[in-house]
Amino acid sequence: MLTDKAGKGVQNDAPRPGQSAQNPLRTGGNLLQLVSPEGERISHPEFDLWIKDIGDEQLGSLFEDMTVIRRIDTEATALQRQGELALWPPLLGQEAAQIGSSRSLRDDDFVFPSYRESGVAYIRGAHVSEIAQVWRGNALYSWDPQRINMATPQIIIGSQSLHATGYAMGVQLDGASTAVLAYFGDGATSEGDVSEAMVFAASFQAPVVFFCQNNHWAISEPVRVQSHVQLADRPTGFGIPSLRVDGNDVLAVMAATRWAMDRARSGGGPTFIEAVTYRMGPHTTADDPTRYRDPNELEDWAARDPILRLRRLLDAKGLLTEELEGRVKAKADAVAAELRTSCVNMPDPQPLDVFNHVYSTPNSWIERQKDHYSRYLKSFNQPVEEGAL
Amino acid sequence: MSKLTFARAINAGLRKSLENDPKVVLMGEDIGSLGGVFRVTDGLQKDFGKHRVIDTPLAESGIIGTAVGLAYRGYRPVCEIQFDGFIYPAFDQIVSQVAKMHYRTQGRVKMPITIRVPFGGGIGSPEHHSESPEAYFTHTSGLRVVAVSNPQDAYTMIQQAIASDDPVLYFEPKRRYHDKGDVEESLDLSNAMPLDKAAVVNAGSDVTLVAYGPLVKTAKDAAQAAADEGVSVEVIDLRSLAPVDYPVVEASVRKTGRLVITHEAGQSGGLGAEIAASITERCFNYLESAPVRITGFDVPYPYSKLEMHHLPDLDRILDGVDRTLGRPNSLSGLEG
Repeated sequence: MLTDKAGKGVQNDAPRPGQSAQNPLRTGGNLLQLVSPEGERISHPEFDLWIKDIGDEQLGSLFEDMTVIRRIDTEATALQRQGELALWPPLLGQEAAQIGSSRSLRDDDFVFPSYRESGVAYIRGAHVSEIAQVWRGNALYSWDPQRINMATPQIIIGSQSLHATGYAMGVQLDGASTAVLAYFGDGATSEGDVSEAMVFAASFQAPVVFFCQNNHWAISEPVRVQSHVQLADRPTGFGIPSLRVDGNDVLAVMAATRWAMDRARSGGGPTFIEAVTYRMGPHTTADDPTRYRDPNELEDWAARDPILRLRRLLDAKGLLTEELEGRVKAKADAVAAELRTSCVNMPDPQPLDVFNHVYSTPNSWIERQKDHYSRYLKSFNQPVEEGAL
Repeated sequence: MSKLTFARAINAGLRKSLENDPKVVLMGEDIGSLGGVFRVTDGLQKDFGKHRVIDTPLAESGIIGTAVGLAYRGYRPVCEIQFDGFIYPAFDQIVSQVAKMHYRTQGRVKMPITIRVPFGGGIGSPEHHSESPEAYFTHTSGLRVVAVSNPQDAYTMIQQAIASDDPVLYFEPKRRYHDKGDVEESLDLSNAMPLDKAAVVNAGSDVTLVAYGPLVKTAKDAAQAAADEGVSVEVIDLRSLAPVDYPVVEASVRKTGRLVITHEAGQSGGLGAEIAASITERCFNYLESAPVRITGFDVPYPYSKLEMHHLPDLDRILDGVDRTLGRPNSLSGLEG
């Protein structure tokens, strides 16, 4: 641990679920599941405690959020097909993993995402136009990281796992009770950076949770190319407890994430969560999964669709009312409309913006090139303005 | 004013930065109780604690990647890469993250990270311990790259690098670590020469000789030897490799009409090529002869019994000076 300040004052004397032994949660490859694909609630002696506050209203609101981010995904895919976005990485099928985890965070927690966590960004408070602008090519960033406590999308695979660990080491130095969540996929687990992140996190007992969405495909490579053991079996070799949860079960994801984040905040160190889910769409809108994927596999997973599962649970509880469905659909349509409008009306950046923010202090090389290029542009007798970025 | 070795001067600068800013943390392999393999961080962990002088796992990408996260959190990490040839595992984090974060976030996230790299040869080391990888980084937009040549600059510039809101690669000439020099420790940083400025360290009128890091001393010795033969060599210590302070080099070349650039790194695609091209573009009509590069060869760093052939020395530099002057030299032969 980096500082003697870390962990002070927040340690709870009461035993926590799963804290009684070194790693009580990885037992024979069991998948933590609190709702079956048929929508039946499955009770669990420890993890039920972590979602006991989720009543009817909260279930409806989880349903709303999952539906809204699927609608964002559908709209963004359409915008890409219409030429309004250059590219889009769909999240279809991963709604429970993204909503269950992001809804388990406190405002002061910090998130380091990959590029597919648009649903997480929505929950953290990013505006849909901010989510879209990076995929429209209007900026390299999306939201203001400090405003929503979430780093901008990371494209280098697994890189952000180290950033999250370093941020968590900073949290320790500050003596704060913040926890940090790093998202990455099954493909990233092969990257050296993810292994190094686990080494650092374990050595310094950093308050970080590694949230791996195993969506089974790294573009065209199935997860078996990445690992001969279950991904959740890897962290134990680093001394990091891990959980394998049904990533299409929003309640299981919530329970696991809350448990792990609480453990991090309490000085318990890092945790690894493998959320087993499925990328039902292409890697990005530039991908064609029919070239490498058996359509039967997609069909199998469609039967385990995370939204369908929650609908079944709501239905079994008599909560899937017309009122709820109507309200959720209206919300989803409104968010989609906002995404479309803000996307097509986004102002283009100005040519000289290309030089801005390379450095935070004046730089003679950049200034010279900017000067020369602005003179070149002016030679066409066109007004040259800098945009608002 | 005190007399300090190069290594102690960096140590004193690090100490000052640790004292002045609680957000400064040192990270690296063996930098704690050992004080670094070159003892540059000697005593700092004892005085500032394990939470500010952090012995890291042996993972260079991990060191830089976690430094990115610490910078995100508001810290100013100072990372030591133990040897030049060990920086490549961290290359991705430096190039794709450290260098680009500020641009990516339109200035919302700063990366005030200093990466200290003992570099260059001349100490009889095995492979990977004598390299000069600076051009990889000067080619990378978003980084500042400096190379220090004397204890005073080492002391001042490490503090300026740490205080910079931009990431700085700080190259330390390891074969000069034990050289002693005067260091003004009470120097006010706001009055010091800015980090991105070059210095004329020997005034002259016949040839401009550009050097940095370990070869500044060699270049000054060469200028002295040339003076004995009646040739006046102006030596410029670049100090900053990205950006290069071209106005200082330009002013000198306009005066001398001749340019020699020397570095230990290999020639092709090296910093000397960039400087030769830039000065030719800017001062073509002032040049009396083609710019000359005296550099390491385009070979992997050789085994130590051959390194004296690879490294530019006083005589090879003078040979280059003679070439620009049309005096007899190894390429033209004795007739000149």
